[in-house]
Amino acid sequence: MTDTLQIRPEAAAAPKPAIPLPTAAARAVTAAGAVLTAASAFLSWTYSSQFPGDLTVTGYPGGLQWITFTGGLLTLLYLLVGYGAPGLRGLAPGGAEGTTVILAVGAAATTWFTLIAISVELGGLANLTTGGWVAGVASLLAVAGALGLPRDGQHPQGNRLGVLLYPGKRPELRPAEPMPAVLEVGVVLLTLAAALGVFAYGVDTSYAELFAGFLILTGFAAWALNRSGDFARLGEIMQRHRVLASVGAFVAAGLFPFTQTGGSAEANANLGVSILIFAATALGLNIVVGLAGLLDLGYVAFLGVGAYTAALVSGAAGTAFNVQFPFWAAALLGAVVSGIFGVLLGAPTLRVRGDYLAIVTLGFGEIFRIVVQNLDGTSGPNVTNGAIGISNVPDLNILGFDFGSAHSFGPFSIGRFANYFELMLLFTAIIVLVFSRSANSRIGRAWVAIREDETAATAMGINGFRFKLLAFALGATLAGLAGTVFVHVNYSIVPDTFQFAGPTPPNSAFLLAAVVIGGMGTVSGPLVGASLFFLLQAKLSFLHDYQLLLFGLTLILFMRFRPEGIIPNRRRQLEFHESQTEGGQEGPTPELRTAEA
Amino acid sequence: MTDTTTATVDNAPAPGTPLLQASNVVMRFGGLTAVNDVSLTVNTGEIIGLIGPNGAGKTTFFNCLTGLYVPTEGTVTYKGATLPPKPHKVTQAGMARTFQNIRLFHNMTVLENVLVGRHTRTKEGLLSAILRGPGYRREEAESRAKAMEYLDFVGLADKAGSLARNLPYGEQRKLEVARALASEPGLLLLDEPTAGMNPQETRATEELVFAVRDRGIAVLVIEHDMRFIFNLCDRVAVLVQGRKLVEGDAATVQGDERVVAAYLGTPYEADADSTTADDSTTPEENQ
Ligand SMILES: Nc1ncnc2c1ncn2[C@@H]1O[C@H](COP(=O)(O)OP(=O)(O)OP(=O)(O)O)[C@@H](O)[C@H]1O
Ligand SMILES: [Mg+2]
Repeated sequence: MTDTLQIRPEAAAAPKPAIPLPTAAARAVTAAGAVLTAASAFLSWTYSSQFPGDLTVTGYPGGLQWITFTGGLLTLLYLLVGYGAPGLRGLAPGGAEGTTVILAVGAAATTWFTLIAISVELGGLANLTTGGWVAGVASLLAVAGALGLPRDGQHPQGNRLGVLLYPGKRPELRPAEPMPAVLEVGVVLLTLAAALGVFAYGVDTSYAELFAGFLILTGFAAWALNRSGDFARLGEIMQRHRVLASVGAFVAAGLFPFTQTGGSAEANANLGVSILIFAATALGLNIVVGLAGLLDLGYVAFLGVGAYTAALVSGAAGTAFNVQFPFWAAALLGAVVSGIFGVLLGAPTLRVRGDYLAIVTLGFGEIFRIVVQNLDGTSGPNVTNGAIGISNVPDLNILGFDFGSAHSFGPFSIGRFANYFELMLLFTAIIVLVFSRSANSRIGRAWVAIREDETAATAMGINGFRFKLLAFALGATLAGLAGTVFVHVNYSIVPDTFQFAGPTPPNSAFLLAAVVIGGMGTVSGPLVGASLFFLLQAKLSFLHDYQLLLFGLTLILFMRFRPEGIIPNRRRQLEFHESQTEGGQEGPTPELRTAEA
Repeated sequence: MTDTTTATVDNAPAPGTPLLQASNVVMRFGGLTAVNDVSLTVNTGEIIGLIGPNGAGKTTFFNCLTGLYVPTEGTVTYKGATLPPKPHKVTQAGMARTFQNIRLFHNMTVLENVLVGRHTRTKEGLLSAILRGPGYRREEAESRAKAMEYLDFVGLADKAGSLARNLPYGEQRKLEVARALASEPGLLLLDEPTAGMNPQETRATEELVFAVRDRGIAVLVIEHDMRFIFNLCDRVAVLVQGRKLVEGDAATVQGDERVVAAYLGTPYEADADSTTADDSTTPEENQ
């Protein structure tokens, strides 16, 4: 009896709001704060137009003010969902109040980021006008109101991260009843359009401050949508309309160059195609790391093999072989040669396990770079033109379509990089197809079995070495394929591109991070992880000197707080967080886990 | 060594023909001889028990049979052919096993675990998996149907979609059996299948082993639960300190005082004139 009495107050304490307000008052404060935040975007925030994006105009938001505006509106939306506004009820199956808190904090964070950036760059708080102060105060008001809302969701006890976890965890959702098919198709299309819009906006951000603000709000919004259960619901719907969703995703991606108009269109398309190459390579690495569980630290070498192969048969001046293959043949050759290299490197290295494999692959990755550097005619036969590399790789011309020049499609005109973007998108589609189909097959199951328990896998008849080699070779083949486009996009190729670690992608460390942070074993994880990483380093170039440091920090934070990555594999999520939800059911008793084979 | 086979199945090879023959298997780890000159024959349709005190070398002997260890000396033949010491080839040949400390693929679903067990009996390669032709779809569907059948056989059909790690302990053991059976073995090796089980679960496991035998699969089982062993087995071999002490039917083994001595220690009065199991270098035949 006394026990229950002691436990009760604790359990009851969880749902108490941080700021004790009557619910109605909390709603009113939040609403006022959110509306005012959004409205403040129409005011002028600073006197000087020197801050990028020109925030001096009253009557129309500019640059970062759009981000604050969006943040305010999103907060208001979920406040209304929590209020039970008609038509919106379904928007937060996992609880709207926690979501509102996250969004309010997100809006405040991006607003204050802007205000601080203005003060720092222009030298002092004096540069903020009343409008700026209104925005800052209003966004804090919304947060205060949201903290007074009744609390929903599950509240983990005794966690040191109390502040971060304040919004609570979404309760386990049971799958919802399917909606009418038309509606679901609409939701799928709308989601894809929204994703394209967000991505295109992010790529198009023309200065680091805007990108940072965008990233802050996107991060919080993603957290909020996850908390509200919307992502879970969307996932279910996408799962039901798998074909539509995946074809639609590629169509949406294909439309990306058409969303980029104006002066920076080509630069943005270049960014787009680089992201695709990086992401496709990461997906190939995901076979090796995510499925088969082999830590490969020299993977970027295979991108290099494909790229060099394609360069050597591209007819570029000064290469060892003065031949020009049609691109389909060059691409095929690049993939095959890379696959062969995969087998050649894998055959000796895959005999060691675990950490040793990581070390040996790291070594082989470096060997590739150094060998290529030395095939320069002095230290060895001239094949790759040494450290200078191969330049003037000609543009592709497939069936009379010249990739080097701009083309018009009706009212749209897309340039060189956009052409390559569409080509690389096709390759990415192939790589996604190969990945997902091999993952969901006898082969993929064998890989996962090896990852889970190699001894048990071999006892089930799986030839461990052969399947690891297959994973290695397939991963290499896909990277090689990506490499063949890579070299044409970049005009030239030098060995130093293919390092283990460096400030710019692609390098093995970045690829691995994209896979791990994106979500091992999933298709979308590495794609998202790669996009994020690539954009981060491309947009926040002022961080160049600290990039590797931040990169390491991000990795550590992820490993600590979200080891399953941004997009968790269903299995891995259960693996890491089960203990919190189900009290952790350990299978065999620990004593039995000791000796034996 | 009389054969006590009772149940047979039409498609099984003639009962009583040797299936597995281990001759003079020796396994040394440095100075330790974990398995010392052990020979054992398993005939079709038989359930053979392997007992012995902790550390006697039972699991090590299993590992030698299934290719996990390369025996220092001796040979293992299955259906007359010498087995290469490669686990996957042993499974391919028709021997499947479970592990003393359950080794499931914890983060795969129950169904996927059994599908992995089907690995040697399916053939699709990478290319057909990527192209997904009609042949591939047929084989995959067949595989799934078979896997469900095995899950049904051990009573786990309703858990097909859950993660292996979420199963309670007893069901994990069952799943290991289903996974092993999925490779369509002629001989099933079970390493302590009832360890950690309550009496009810143990009885259910007994039924399961009989049902496996009725499918025409011979069983070699390691177990410490004597009642389980003597209820189940046609023959029992006793391993003590790496050597095979006795082999025979339940009555023979139960009546053998050396076995009692090995398990309970040597009776005080016998200590003076008999060398016992605590000195493995002395040949037991002297007694
Ligand atoms: N890989 C190994 N390296 C060294 N010694 C080993 C190895 N495997 C087993 N042994 C030793 O061999 C002996 C027999 O071990 P084994 O696991 O076969 O016993 P067991 O009969 O299965 O015992 P239990 O009933 O406890 O499972 C033990 O002394 C053990 O320590
Ligand atoms: Mg054992």
